[in-house]
Amino acid sequence: MTRKHDITLTINGHDHAITVDARRTLADAIRDQCGQTGTHIGCEHGVCGSCTLLLDGVPVRSCLIFAVQCVGVAIRTVEGLAQGDELHPLQRSFIEHHALQCGFCTPGFLMLAVGILENEPNISDADLRAALSSNLCRCTGYANIVKAVRAAADELRAGP
Amino acid sequence: MKPAAFEYHAARSVEEAVATLAEVAPDQGRILAGGQSLVPTMAFRLATPEHLVDINGIEELGRLAVEDGVLSIGACVRHAAFHRPVTDGGLGAILTFMAGHIGHYPIRQRGTFCGSLAQADPSSEWCLAAVTLDATITAQSTRGRRTIAGADFIQGIMTTALEDDELLVETRIALPAADTRFGFAEFSRRAGDFALAMALVSFRLSGGVMHDARLGIGGAEDHPRRIPQAEAALDGQPPGSQAFEAAAAAVAAALDPMEDAGTSAQYRRELAQCLARRALESAAESAAA
Repeated sequence: MTRKHDITLTINGHDHAITVDARRTLADAIRDQCGQTGTHIGCEHGVCGSCTLLLDGVPVRSCLIFAVQCVGVAIRTVEGLAQGDELHPLQRSFIEHHALQCGFCTPGFLMLAVGILENEPNISDADLRAALSSNLCRCTGYANIVKAVRAAADELRAGP
Repeated sequence: MKPAAFEYHAARSVEEAVATLAEVAPDQGRILAGGQSLVPTMAFRLATPEHLVDINGIEELGRLAVEDGVLSIGACVRHAAFHRPVTDGGLGAILTFMAGHIGHYPIRQRGTFCGSLAQADPSSEWCLAAVTLDATITAQSTRGRRTIAGADFIQGIMTTALEDDELLVETRIALPAADTRFGFAEFSRRAGDFALAMALVSFRLSGGVMHDARLGIGGAEDHPRRIPQAEAALDGQPPGSQAFEAAAAAVAAALDPMEDAGTSAQYRRELAQCLARRALESAAESAAA
């Protein structure tokens, strides 16, 4: 028998005390044990980007990191984007630009885009397209996703 | 799929990491750094290590420094650290350009330079850099420390000179002369995919001719290597299409490319020839700038 680990994950500012096997990925732990099912799981091997979330402000694949590695780290998921009833500018922009169809990839794209824009607010069009190629959308909505993120970037740069 | 069960060890110092590794290496114990290659292979159950020694909490391994003419890259320095030039001049710029070809943006936030070397995928950009730029790799175990030259370190597909109980603690690259020009070109079928071939070149110019030429090819054979015949076609020649075509032809003649279901050896050979020429042209353009 392998050892169990008692850990606390801090997700969107809230602590979740859970017990995990070392082999449990962060994606599985936050969905199954912390009840935060906004983060989706697609391929489970780092290709699709559905499970993208922010660890200490940078976007990572949560299927490629173990929960036991994430103690003391600020985890941000799609559930943390809206402030009450007020959607995050990126969420509004996705709606306005029809940047989703089925919506399965949307949480991953939102967290990817939030991470990119928070780290590189002045990102060029070419670099933004390259960075957004990180995630897969099977409804082929890429053009509108690029438009939505570009528009949100401009809005965020202009300030409230 | 889910990774198989393993025991997790979070090391707080290099000494603790190598002591634990020495203990667990005989039971398929492995180092966990960025995990961006290891964890997918664990998800497929292609790798089933019984122990993982996590080095992410070891502060000194995050060290990235330029001192005494040497760029030092600690074991936990992420690919994303190279998104902006880490040093002035051509070396910093070319490492930034190469970093942009590694996986995807979120992968680069987590994966590490040294981890790529330890993984030794034939299509690794950093393995090509280590070989072409004569990096020095430091390995540590409870038996002590040793240094290994880049070209000796990478031995084949996912095969390195590292012993099972050794931790790759640091990679060092000597800063090139200020007038060194660099060029890099790579081809993959999709953004972020494994490269089918890539070329990294550098040369210096004096009196209108190239010297100290280096030309490395990655992705085409089972490990990256410099192509001495191509370098010989450059040294002493003025930069331009005649020398570049000759060097690229020497690349094609020297390679024994890998084949797979979608890619013939001939295709990879022609690709490497083309990429060598493009990398040289881009180095020449940087010289003009």
